[in-house]
Amino acid sequence: MLEELEKLQIKALAELDKITGSRELEQWRIRYLGKKSRLNQILHSLSILPLVERRSTGARANTIKKTLEATLKEKEEILGEALLLSSLEGRRLDVTLPGQPISSGRFHPITQTLEEICQVFQNMGFQVVEGPDVEWDYYNFEALNIPQDHPARDMFATLWIDSDRDKKSRLLRTHTSPMQIRVMEQRRPPIRVVVPGRCYRYEATDATHESMFYQVEGLAVDKNITLADLKGTLFDFCRCLFGEERKVRFRCDYFPFVEPGVEVAITCLTCNGAGCRLCGYSGWIEILGAGMVHPDVLKRVDIDPEIYSGFAFGLGVERIPMLRYGIDDIRLFYGNDLRFLRQF
Amino acid sequence: MKVSLKWLKEYVDLKLTPKELAERLTMAGMEVKTIETIGATWNNIVVGQITAINPHPNADRLKLATVDIGKGSPTVVCGAPNISVGQKVPFASVGAQLIDGHTGETILLKPAKIRGIASEGMVCSEKELGISDNHEGIMVLPPEAPLSIPLSEYLGDAILDIDVTPNRPDCLSIIGVAREIAAITGEKVHLPELHYEESETPINSFVSVNIVEPELCSRYCASLVLNLIQDRPSPDWLQQRLKNCGMRPISNIVDVTNYVMLEYGQPLHAFDYHSLKEGNGTPQIIVRRAADDEKITSLDGVARTLNPAILVIADKERPVAIAGIMGGWDTEVTKETNTVLLESANFNQATIRRGSNHLRLQNEASLRFDKGLNPNLAMPALKRATQLLLQMAGGKAARGIVDAYPGKSEPKMIAFSAYEVERLTGLKVGINKITGVLSSLGFVCQEISPSQISVSPPYWRSDIKSAADLVEEVVRIIGYDKVPVTRLGSSLPQQESMLSLGAQRSNLKKKLRNFLVGCGFQETVTYTLVSLEKLQKLSPNLELKIPPLKVANPMTREQEYLRTNLRAGLLSTFHHNQRHEPGGIRLFEIGKVFLPQHPSHPSPDKGGGGEGLLVTPVVATLSETKGKQSQGERELPWEKEMLCAVLSGPRAEMSWRGDTKPIDFFDAKGIIEALMNQLKLKTSFKPNDNDPESSSGLTQEARVNIISENEEVGIVGLLHPKVAKAFELSGEVYLIEIDLEKLLKIVHSQLPAMRYQPIQRFPNVSRDIALVVDEEIPYKKVAKIVQSFPLVTKVTLFDLYRGEQIPKGKKSFALRITYQSPERTLTDEEIDQIQQQMLDKLNLELGATLRSNNQKV
Repeated sequence: MLEELEKLQIKALAELDKITGSRELEQWRIRYLGKKSRLNQILHSLSILPLVERRSTGARANTIKKTLEATLKEKEEILGEALLLSSLEGRRLDVTLPGQPISSGRFHPITQTLEEICQVFQNMGFQVVEGPDVEWDYYNFEALNIPQDHPARDMFATLWIDSDRDKKSRLLRTHTSPMQIRVMEQRRPPIRVVVPGRCYRYEATDATHESMFYQVEGLAVDKNITLADLKGTLFDFCRCLFGEERKVRFRCDYFPFVEPGVEVAITCLTCNGAGCRLCGYSGWIEILGAGMVHPDVLKRVDIDPEIYSGFAFGLGVERIPMLRYGIDDIRLFYGNDLRFLRQF
Repeated sequence: MKVSLKWLKEYVDLKLTPKELAERLTMAGMEVKTIETIGATWNNIVVGQITAINPHPNADRLKLATVDIGKGSPTVVCGAPNISVGQKVPFASVGAQLIDGHTGETILLKPAKIRGIASEGMVCSEKELGISDNHEGIMVLPPEAPLSIPLSEYLGDAILDIDVTPNRPDCLSIIGVAREIAAITGEKVHLPELHYEESETPINSFVSVNIVEPELCSRYCASLVLNLIQDRPSPDWLQQRLKNCGMRPISNIVDVTNYVMLEYGQPLHAFDYHSLKEGNGTPQIIVRRAADDEKITSLDGVARTLNPAILVIADKERPVAIAGIMGGWDTEVTKETNTVLLESANFNQATIRRGSNHLRLQNEASLRFDKGLNPNLAMPALKRATQLLLQMAGGKAARGIVDAYPGKSEPKMIAFSAYEVERLTGLKVGINKITGVLSSLGFVCQEISPSQISVSPPYWRSDIKSAADLVEEVVRIIGYDKVPVTRLGSSLPQQESMLSLGAQRSNLKKKLRNFLVGCGFQETVTYTLVSLEKLQKLSPNLELKIPPLKVANPMTREQEYLRTNLRAGLLSTFHHNQRHEPGGIRLFEIGKVFLPQHPSHPSPDKGGGGEGLLVTPVVATLSETKGKQSQGERELPWEKEMLCAVLSGPRAEMSWRGDTKPIDFFDAKGIIEALMNQLKLKTSFKPNDNDPESSSGLTQEARVNIISENEEVGIVGLLHPKVAKAFELSGEVYLIEIDLEKLLKIVHSQLPAMRYQPIQRFPNVSRDIALVVDEEIPYKKVAKIVQSFPLVTKVTLFDLYRGEQIPKGKKSFALRITYQSPERTLTDEEIDQIQQQMLDKLNLELGATLRSNNQKV
């Protein structure tokens, strides 16, 4: 019987070695290790053997069973791994097929620009506040040193809600500057705010004029705030938005509510200052108006101009993406053509 | 203001090139818009003199002219009718660049034979030189034009177009600009010497002046010139200067008044003295308000009706001029005029401004008066005009000048110091430098102490009122580029709390934008102003639920009303885009709508409540309540922020994996559920049966209100086909609308209530059941009963079935119910028991039965 067992083991191992598929492996398992296998029969018939033989045969049969089982396990692992690899081989992906589309929209370019602008100023300690689009004449003009019949009213073609003309008339704000007054009425220095918002003008629209546009107003009031600080703040701003290489120019300009008044220009983004059609061959593009808050404006909100000083600026928002991306028609922004909006 | 450099050079030495000068002026506040060079292309063109004219042998209309150009006497073929011997003319030789008189194109003069005769050059018309459109004949130069010098030297000029800011009416003049240039370049200004001979007869015997409204006319000066010769054009140089500055020469008298206006900035008017009605005795100039409906025919021949807001110059019988705006037809100077009364006056700025606006009559005179001129300017300008008039038209001046000056005021004195310059600009400037700069601009500075001066502005600078104005003067002349660059060193204001309403508002908007963009919505920004028609289209019955605010002076009917919702703009945008967007459209906008009245103060006496603070943008309301200006009955509209989104088309973008099902109500609702989840808000939906305001425009079958914290925060539903049709939209369009003010209030109030829940330690168990109910039973009723049982933590509807396997008029809900206990692991028996009770209740209350028996119950 021992001899039979030895032969069985040799045969079994030899067969196992040749097996390549999992089905054959299962058949092999049933043949050599299954309930009806010879080995199992031998193990079950041990009791009929004489004691001495039973012990040696039994021991040998068990060893063989363990060997077979261990070898089977090894074989299973080898085959399993091969199977894993072959399963991948069969399932080749065309990875160039497009992915499952997840539709996503974009922010309007004005929203994007506003966020950028506000972020730059917030980093400099400015707080973002907002104000009403419909304003009193008082805030939009009167309190900003532009009383009735002031020639500077020509600078602001106005859409009126009320048809009479006094400081109790309502209008669509022509700039975000009325918020200078509203903020200073409520807060005491130190003040640092920026105010994004919609503005309106009574103006025929064309490629460079819109009846509705966005501005960002800035205001800083405290002791010892100077024109040099305004320069520093706006130079930083221009650097952040337009890059290191952009030159910034401060020139004298007039706005009734600031003194001294400033117009800020940057070197043209198209020609880099050489002069082209876009910049009217001057090399400069005007981007904002600014200045030191007029002493009469400070007095009007009970801030002593002898002690405090401040600067203010008003920045046209559309201008920035127009310059950056070479957009030649301002009307595209509020025309909301998806073929335009999707580009940003 | 157009300024001729040649003219400027009479008053100030100019060493800079036109371009350099333009740059310096621009930097100092006088923006030069354009530089127009006259004669820049005039090469090979010189001043010549016609010495002989002979007929052309082969053409009757052409002549052969011999032109002396110093270095020779070429002969040219010429067809101009006005040519004659002795004329000085512009002569172009071969190679000159000219403008073709017929086509207007630029041409280079080539050697040519005209009807067989060689022409050795060309005598040019003004059009050919690019000076004007005149091509009637050749341009005839004044006899004094020096022979053979290049024309560019004789007639060339550079015209600067300066954008003069409203505070500087003094620079609406050549002398004003010359003063600026002198200060910028450190040169001196030379003004004309004002001197002329006067006759014996005093002006008082001719005219007197009576200013009835001294508030509106602070000064009235007049001179008189007798025996002048009117029928004579003004000299070429004067005409040329007027033209270069954009004015048309008219007659010698009128040209003088215009010339002096350009030179000094003071508008003048010339009356035909003999047309003034004398009444009893000498004529009187009366400055008064017009009577109601008083009539005048102005110089331009237009009959105008006046009112008392308008100031007139009158004689004893009638108005003879609209003060500061336009003279009268009756008293205009004509060819017969031999005596002229010259007016140089100062009128109230606001009166002129209102008057010219009212009459819609803006001109060079009103343009200057409405900026506010100084009365001191009237006298030198009048003297200058009288002097020129005598030169141009001969005659004699009456002795003296009438000068009624009720508005005379003392010169201002402003205390100033170097400290003030540094305090406002950060630029350190010595007091001597400051005095130097201010003096160069005509300011008179007196030392008060070693660090302080007292400054008196020159009369033409009415804009200078305070030390800050002086700071600007000093810094702009020194140069803004000299101002140092520093970063803000002042202390920071207290930073806003992240819990504040303002911070929460911007946070909320940011979250909503991010979420919607992530769901495939494109953000749009539409106009605040819309047409009434569009607002009406929003409701199937074309009714306006909220009357919108109207603009009093709209530009177009398209932009006449303030939007009361975002729908109109968004649906129009949708319409605009659908032609080129076959794959479906998703749009949204977050923005303000304008409601005529604030809900918290329906009438002004109630005042603003706490509500007002929450719903209006940060700063707006506080100052309203300050009562600094009570605005009477009027109030500012309620500017409320809203979110509106529209969606249509397939659920997913077209792809090789399919799912091209169109969007339906549940897609729109799902977006809201996810959005509210993102905001950590509990949400429910209430079928909207009849809420007239928001629901109109959505179909009743497919619309629900969005509820959170018992507040209706918005609505979602299918756009009514009538509305879709009105906006010409194709396909089903779903609309989402959320009131951001309400949402913000909830988000803000929920913030402190938020508490963490420990993670459940015991496993949960899920059971699936399928219930059959009557068709009219809404899902919500089933879910509510299931959720009311203890230990139920989640109910998910995973199938809805109608069809063969269940009776007609019934539907089947397949639910997965999840149970969990915070205290222990649940047993099957426990769950069986709960579920049995649940089924009993469902059966009792809703008549629900289990769909099949082999479900595990």
